Amino acid sequence: MAEQLARITEVHDLGMIALRGDLDAIAAALGMAAPDRTSIATEGDRMLGWMSPDEALLILPAASRAADLSRLTEALADRHALVADVSDARAVFDVIGPHADDVIAKLAPIDAGTMPAGHLRRTRLAQVAAAIWRIEGGFRVIGFRSVADYMRLVLANAAIPGSGLGPR
Amino acid sequence: MLILTCPHCGIKAEETELHNGGEAHLKRMGPGSSDEAFEDYMFARKNPRGVHLERWRHVFGCNKWFIAARCTMTLQVFGTYPAQTPAPPDHIVQAIRAARPDWNPTEEGVSE
Ligand SMILES: [Zn+2]
Repeated sequence: MAEQLARITEVHDLGMIALRGDLDAIAAALGMAAPDRTSIATEGDRMLGWMSPDEALLILPAASRAADLSRLTEALADRHALVADVSDARAVFDVIGPHADDVIAKLAPIDAGTMPAGHLRRTRLAQVAAAIWRIEGGFRVIGFRSVADYMRLVLANAAIPGSGLGPR
Repeated sequence: MLILTCPHCGIKAEETELHNGGEAHLKRMGPGSSDEAFEDYMFARKNPRGVHLERWRHVFGCNKWFIAARCTMTLQVFGTYPAQTPAPPDHIVQAIRAARPDWNPTEEGVSE
């Protein structure tokens, strides 16, 4: 009996804060290094992802989000910048298993197998926007909460036992 | 399939990650322009068989607009540059002329 290509689990305990404006100023307000283009960096229990030339995404434990939100809002108050709690607007899935790259490759027009660690790839997952990066044993995928059911379904479908992309 | 490199984030984006925004370098005709000029700005678009400068948005990505210089006949891509550029930059013009020596950006109506 073939196994699922990867295990799909939904992650619920993350906070996310969208930050727009000058990325160096945002990084200074955070006390973190500004992320390199299309990268995601980890510092302690926080991650900072590069989303666009004027947008970064702070991913942090849900419990820290309120404190960080007010701290960052204050630190960036005198600048043209946006600090927005988008935690509840997001859905997060972990795709973990020996063939996790097959699952991603079926749904996104990217070469998941060669994706380096620390790279944050914004792309589409089937028909909806997603951002993908490597985690231990597979990938983490984030998308919009409004299409979470769709994401869950296409990920589960792509992981159906026996549907691997390698030669049989 | 068309693959364009987004000049804002450097991602080699596949066509389905992008949204086409039509002809680039349109000159806006506003109040005070003639009816003919406004009509031309509003409705008339080039649809060349050959070199085309067109707007694209990296919609499943960094979301920024950029301009691609490509050939609609061969799908050769000459290069991409940020949408905030008022006329095709020199390196793009050179890349186009390497393939189409007689191509002229002014005749394309893209620079004044
Ligand atoms: Zn981009």
